[in-house]
Amino acid sequence: MNQQTVPAPLASGETAAEAKTKRLPFRLEFDPSRPDSPWWITIVSVLLALAACGIFIAVNGMNPVTVYAKMLTGAFGSSFGLTETLVKTIPLLLCGLGVSIAYRISVWNIGAEGQFVAGAIAATAVTVYFPGLPAYAAIPAMLVSGVAAGGLWGLLTAIPRTFFQVNELITSLMLNYVALLVLNYVVFGPWKDPQGFNFPGTPVFTEAMSLPVLGGTRLHLGLAFALAAVALYALLIRYTRWGYEWRLIGANPEAARNAGIRLSRHIMFVMLLSGGLAGLAGMAEVSGVAHRLMYGISPGYGYTAIIVAWLARLNPAGLIISSFLFGGLIVGGYSVQTIGLPSSTSSMLQGAILFFLIAGGMIGKFRLRRNV
Amino acid sequence: MDLFVQLFAAAMASGTPLLLAALGGILIERSGIIQLGVEGMMLMGAIVACLTFLRTESLALALLAVFAVSAVLGLLHAFLTVSLRANQIVSGLAMTLFGAGLSAYLGKPVSGIPMPGAVPKLYLPWLENVPAAGGLFANLDMLTWFSFILVLAMHLFIHRTSWGLHLRAIGDNPATADVMGIRVQAFRYGCVTVGSMLIGLAGADLLLAFSPTWIEGMTAGRGWIAVALIIFARWNPIRALLCAYFFGMLDTLGFRIQLLGSEIPSYFLKMIPYLVTILVLMVLGWRSRNKPSGAPEALGVPYIREQRL
Repeated sequence: MNQQTVPAPLASGETAAEAKTKRLPFRLEFDPSRPDSPWWITIVSVLLALAACGIFIAVNGMNPVTVYAKMLTGAFGSSFGLTETLVKTIPLLLCGLGVSIAYRISVWNIGAEGQFVAGAIAATAVTVYFPGLPAYAAIPAMLVSGVAAGGLWGLLTAIPRTFFQVNELITSLMLNYVALLVLNYVVFGPWKDPQGFNFPGTPVFTEAMSLPVLGGTRLHLGLAFALAAVALYALLIRYTRWGYEWRLIGANPEAARNAGIRLSRHIMFVMLLSGGLAGLAGMAEVSGVAHRLMYGISPGYGYTAIIVAWLARLNPAGLIISSFLFGGLIVGGYSVQTIGLPSSTSSMLQGAILFFLIAGGMIGKFRLRRNV
Repeated sequence: MDLFVQLFAAAMASGTPLLLAALGGILIERSGIIQLGVEGMMLMGAIVACLTFLRTESLALALLAVFAVSAVLGLLHAFLTVSLRANQIVSGLAMTLFGAGLSAYLGKPVSGIPMPGAVPKLYLPWLENVPAAGGLFANLDMLTWFSFILVLAMHLFIHRTSWGLHLRAIGDNPATADVMGIRVQAFRYGCVTVGSMLIGLAGADLLLAFSPTWIEGMTAGRGWIAVALIIFARWNPIRALLCAYFFGMLDTLGFRIQLLGSEIPSYFLKMIPYLVTILVLMVLGWRSRNKPSGAPEALGVPYIREQRL
């Protein structure tokens, strides 16, 4: 890189500011070429986020330490809590993986929520229109239709982006609301269980439409899907041409374009994959956990997935850890309801964690220099 | 005629929060910083207005509190993006997620409580008998009038003052602006803070004037529509006014169609604003495929003094 420097500023305001910094013995210098912050900064960031939110918990008249202890034991302290946490890990891992793939090539898919719901609706459609299918046909059919619907929902974001230069952030988010409205329409309208005492949900699935579970727990086959998907993603990124091209696009899209990589094709494929994974999560949730499609099927998994991906720095192994932690945060959020805090405590924590992660991620790029 | 006036009045009522948010966003983005936290900031503005107003019954105090909280959130975004040079998109997303979570947390005890009429109306008797204008402007609330003044003031500020020239210079080419002696970082801090206060005001207006009951997630994507509005308006305050009323009209359209006794389920009618947003962005993208979009050229690029261009 050429070392030509920008000429010294002329205005008095700027020089005054510089004179002021010169008086301090040290200054912070920003260097974009420095590596990312070390890994332990991530832990410090999460702890600082918890401390900051402790203020809001204290405002509500609670002791933050008690609340956090309650969340921890609720999520990880018993075999029931641990299973619940793992059950929440499945959709977070699948959606988090989906958005990670998109973020890797700087496609800002924030529509995992809608893609999840689309997958859940499409999987349920199989059970509504073909109620008599045996298990060996019903499960694969639900799987295919859920993944396809999620993928198509993702493509609805990719097509405006590639052919019309439309910002994918806005499109993917608008489509979340559309998917939720479709969900509300079917569960309050045509698919509502006639014997459900007006509960906004479909009839409960039969045994044949439910994913197999582990022993007597609520842990279902979706966990295997999610882990397999993460393993495939790790291999894809490391050993295939596509993975290489994605890494290249992520590092420098302009250089990738000049090297002859067709960005538009990659964006379409990545969004198909990203949406498909979220759709798979939706299918697994209705078939493995809820055993029906119902109002509020997702407590914001698609949004939490954004933070999961960021906490893992888009790294496959990191995704497993971060989705498990956030699964615990959601379960912990439910458990503090028993001591009178709203379950939105956990969504507040999630947002704060992302803030501190962003700040922590930049700290490594600063260097303390002695002023001479 | 009467129907037209009614429709336009409804469009203005639901368009004003969008307009205020878009104006705040324009100010921020003109300085070269992307602000995607509009949704979360509007929610925070709404809940702060709700909590303060329910406790004090004073509009002035409520707005003051909204300004203070929004300014703090804006400073946070500015610190992350201007000082730390963090990814502006992710910082905005964090603001949206945090705002949604914190407002839901704070709003739990006041959820569903109807607010008493908060924003005083400006009654202009001499306008009342003028056709059309009377129905529209004779009995508008103060915040709507404020939004009119703000549109004009921002237009004049951006295009007619030397500070506005500095603003545009910073948004298009911060290195050159820096050489000219404009304090890029300080200016960006100021724009993000003031713009965030306007976005908070948009949330307060939504709660106090448009739908006076706090419901978790009550903005329902309006913050994101405001982000899209900035693009439709090509970062221009006067065009933002027209676009905001167009979307305000769409917002009420579903309700109107229902009143006419339509058979279409309301869920599909509620999709109209979201789908039209995507469609308009597509048409705009197609029409301007070889033209500049009007976006500030350095939008989203962190400025680092020592870096060669």
